[in-house]
Amino acid sequence: MKLYKIIPLLALLIFGINVTADAQCKAFAKKECQPLLSPFIHDGNYHAAVLVEGEEAELYKTFYSDMEYRVAVVGEGKLPAVEFRIMDTNKNVLYSNKDKDYAKTWDFKLEASQQLKLVIKVSSFNKPGDTPANGCVAIMFGFKVKK
Amino acid sequence: MNRKYGVSAGLVFVLIMVISLLSGCKGGKKAQQAEEPVSPPIDNTAVLQDIKQAERIFNALPSPLESAMLIKSAGAKFDGSLLNPVKNVGNYISTKAMALNLGIYTCDLSFASLYEQTQLLLDYMNAAKKMANGLGILDAIKQEDIDKLEENINNSDVIMEVVSQTFMNSNSSLEDAGRTSTASMVLVGGWVEGLYISTQLVDMDQFNGNKLVTRIIDQKLSIDILLNLLNSNKGDPAVDELIVEVGKLQAIFSKINITTSPVRPEYDQATNATILKSEVQTDMTPAIFKQLATIVAEIRNSFVK
Repeated sequence: MKLYKIIPLLALLIFGINVTADAQCKAFAKKECQPLLSPFIHDGNYHAAVLVEGEEAELYKTFYSDMEYRVAVVGEGKLPAVEFRIMDTNKNVLYSNKDKDYAKTWDFKLEASQQLKLVIKVSSFNKPGDTPANGCVAIMFGFKVKK
Repeated sequence: MNRKYGVSAGLVFVLIMVISLLSGCKGGKKAQQAEEPVSPPIDNTAVLQDIKQAERIFNALPSPLESAMLIKSAGAKFDGSLLNPVKNVGNYISTKAMALNLGIYTCDLSFASLYEQTQLLLDYMNAAKKMANGLGILDAIKQEDIDKLEENINNSDVIMEVVSQTFMNSNSSLEDAGRTSTASMVLVGGWVEGLYISTQLVDMDQFNGNKLVTRIIDQKLSIDILLNLLNSNKGDPAVDELIVEVGKLQAIFSKINITTSPVRPEYDQATNATILKSEVQTDMTPAIFKQLATIVAEIRNSFVK
């Protein structure tokens, strides 16, 4: 087969792999992360990405004083533990799941509305020479009106 | 001739590779990282370290469902005349118009669902479906979702679940297809609609101490998130236009001061939840509110016309 015929096929294959990975990530988020939000109402937002061992992600969101929230952060089984920290705008750490045996959820409510930062870090298996593990990490929020 | 074709095909390949790799990224890298001068890597360890430190950024706006819940929890009454009439669906031809109005109709259907406006809920679900279909995300809102709503029209838990699922499917389908610009426009549409409905529902005779006004002031906290989201898709002409519009809102929000005391987390054993304790002071005057309401209405009306 001529090179010019192979190239577009290869490109389509690579593009297809990415799309498939994203679709798998969505299926993973729906199956493994969303159920952890119950009895809170899922807000409908979807945040998920394929992360590599040692990689960090950040999420910025405003939380309101009228609501109670649950955040759920779940990584695929092939990944090492996923750490998440919640920080205020002054970078003070308000919560770290590392102190709670890498709990996947955290419930909180606020006296005043705040913009908070969620920092997610996939920890490392610390096996030099091995190909770093990668997999989907999903972050979802549930809410309910404060009683 | 063949050689020339080979070079062109090679360029196309490189371009597709770059687009393909970019499409795999959900968030953007920090803007300042892109602007920093790049030093040549010393060895492979340094390169690996750089990769490990690479950050994905997610900018999370309040979803239409959350916006509607905030309006209701502030004690506002339902006013169907504020919603974008479903008869307008045929007016939206461009991707930008359909994306913005998918967000708007999703917000309207969230609003209708929370106030138990069952017929409106179904009408707006159908309108949102038309927008989603027009955008080519046929699986985002399926007929079976609408059937499920009809069958459970008095079950608020199922309604919330379907509405939430609808929004998630719309956004994730667009992102999965690498259409992050369009996904960001859906979010903008929903956020602006929530702000529009809120500002229209404020009773100026009861401005001071009005809970809805407090919720509107809170939106200042999301304006930079919204701009970051749009800026990560800068270069798309439709997004660039929205950046200008949102900039007008930012200019007004910048006139409002929000002062928050340091946050003190306290664990509440009774509810198994952490309370983030802090005090807040704000200073929006009725005059600034009116400016904000006017600009929001102008922007929103330009979206739905």
